[in-house]
Amino acid sequence: MSISRRTLLRNTAALGAFAGAGLPHIWIKNADLAYAAGGEIKVGVLFSLTGTTAIIEESLNKATLLAIEEINAAGGIKGSKIVPIVEDPASDPATFSEKARKLVVGDKCVSVFGSYTSASRKAVLPVFERQNNLYWYPTLYEGRECSKNVIYTGAVPNQQQDEFVPWLVKKFGKKFYLIGSNYIYPKEENNYCKKLLEKLGGEVVAEEYVPLGHSEFSSVINKIRSTQPNVIFSTVVGDSVVALHRQYKAAGLDPEKMPMASLTTSENEVAAMGGEAAAGHFTSAPYFMVHKSPENEKFVEAYKKRWGADKVTHFVSEACYFQTYLFKQAVEKLATSDLTPPNIRDAVKGQEMVAPQGKVRIEPENLHTWLWPKIAQAKSNGQFEILVEAKDWLKPVPYAAYPGQSCTEKGLVEKS
Amino acid sequence: MDQFIEQIVTGLSIGSILLLVALGLSIIYGSMGIINLAHGEFVMLGAYAAWVFHTYLGLGLLASLVPIFLVVAAFGWVIERYVLSLLNNRPLDTILATWGVGIMLQQAVRLMVGSELRYVQLPPALSSSMSVFGIPVSSYRVFLFVVSIALFGATWLLMNRTTVGMKLRAIIQDRSVAASFGINAKRVYALTFAYGAGLAGLAGALVSPLKSVSPDMGTGYVVDAFMVVVLGGVQSLAGTVASAFILGELSGGIAFLQNDTVAKAIVLLAIVVLIRFRPEGLFTARVRA
Repeated sequence: MSISRRTLLRNTAALGAFAGAGLPHIWIKNADLAYAAGGEIKVGVLFSLTGTTAIIEESLNKATLLAIEEINAAGGIKGSKIVPIVEDPASDPATFSEKARKLVVGDKCVSVFGSYTSASRKAVLPVFERQNNLYWYPTLYEGRECSKNVIYTGAVPNQQQDEFVPWLVKKFGKKFYLIGSNYIYPKEENNYCKKLLEKLGGEVVAEEYVPLGHSEFSSVINKIRSTQPNVIFSTVVGDSVVALHRQYKAAGLDPEKMPMASLTTSENEVAAMGGEAAAGHFTSAPYFMVHKSPENEKFVEAYKKRWGADKVTHFVSEACYFQTYLFKQAVEKLATSDLTPPNIRDAVKGQEMVAPQGKVRIEPENLHTWLWPKIAQAKSNGQFEILVEAKDWLKPVPYAAYPGQSCTEKGLVEKS
Repeated sequence: MDQFIEQIVTGLSIGSILLLVALGLSIIYGSMGIINLAHGEFVMLGAYAAWVFHTYLGLGLLASLVPIFLVVAAFGWVIERYVLSLLNNRPLDTILATWGVGIMLQQAVRLMVGSELRYVQLPPALSSSMSVFGIPVSSYRVFLFVVSIALFGATWLLMNRTTVGMKLRAIIQDRSVAASFGINAKRVYALTFAYGAGLAGLAGALVSPLKSVSPDMGTGYVVDAFMVVVLGGVQSLAGTVASAFILGELSGGIAFLQNDTVAKAIVLLAIVVLIRFRPEGLFTARVRA
């Protein structure tokens, strides 16, 4: 009998309808088992290896693979090996969405680790929500999101700014120059910064956004000269960070009088701009490579050993590393037959571990992470010096800039 | 008033960087009529060459300028010889071919040295700032200004005062007649293309200490370069200079009054409108056809 495409389609549809109506239990059971078939747990790794943001996402890919290799070398998760399926979404949101669907539907991955930019996260979100799968997002981001299918292990605005902005005001003064790249992340961060400044009696002398990838800052520097702020609050991203710092330095401005305070400048960007252009400026983040802890020493050593002695770790690659271990802890709590993305999500709520930055915890309410804010100053050797460490870990509040709204286990709640 | 002068100086600096990047394209596109979409990648190769000379051979940026020019020019020569010269008189195919070459160069660099941002050191002697008309200006930007004018001068002399330049101009006017006078058109074309590529490479090396070095850095520059050349008028070297400084002052000024996003949009719009009413650009070289 030859099967034409049409009859195949019809038969499959009929079979599906039959199964859906009559035998849901068995079908769902089978699907569950597929997630841990043959002593293998398949996970997706979705970071751009080509295109604009490959500059940074390559290191995220490496940190994730390092954690997976370590877990497998130590015996896997209850005897099962984690099998990473690496896809290259090429820095393009549409490709992100397509590859995410492939990993979730085609490869039946039980979770996917991925994304650096907010644009790419927003692009894959519908895939994970529709398939009820789980996405692990390691990047600091603007908050204002409350998905039940994403575990957020990077900082949200309150975790980067609550300590930072008052500290800057006290140390340097109240006049802030806000500069960012022209997209959602800098705008939301600046929103929150303005709220904090309002409380502190601060002043915003200018709020300005440059196109993504912009590299000519001489007019911006003229404006900075003429407005004379105390602090340049920067959420410029990518290669623009490098150009801004270098041109600031070349123009002869002095970081001691008018420092840049950044939420986005990590060891990675400092390596590209050179220590002399970075020296004296400040960054707020939960993790710096120089942080002293046994866990961090182990992480940095393993990273350099695996990927090269000249490589640096930074606050996003650290999150990639520890979130893979959180995934392991959550899976360990589940019986093999219960291994599904929603169950992993429920199991990871309230999970704690000692990460390189300190002890972190997934907040059950909003699936974001309790982190340890730090303020550090860049040095001419390309590393940071940590000046302020939080005394306690800080709860993630993704809607900090929106007082009426909060993210709960039931989803977004609005109080009127 | 101080601010006004400061902004004029800034515009000159932006203009000189535009000129630097556009000069090579002005030769290749303006004179030879080849729409070279790989121009940005030549700029990128120059920046990477600077990084390689610095990191592996310990050469400073200034010392490596001549070798960088030669290396990227050699690349250009090979591409002209083995790709473009086979597509003579087929402009559309040439566009596609140069675009393809550009993608291949980008990916080759990415595969060989990775996609992270690279660091090229600012020459220590030029890392301070100096006073121009009472305005503090980065010494390196002043240096870029001088170099771009010098390179323009050298290019003008080459085109107008040497035999190679004369031969090139003859070929541009009428290739078959020029050939019948014994001019080796193939050789002159290859040399000119190599020279244009070398200039682009120099531009990449020279801007790299102020900006960043990555495999896809060329994409932005190729757009800037085409805007300058088209606005200035194809076939007019002096037009390229004028248009580079006009665009520099314009985008710098609007960026100061508004911001860089608005500046980019307005400048692009202005060029589109101008091209609509003056397709040949601001300046045209009068050539008897």
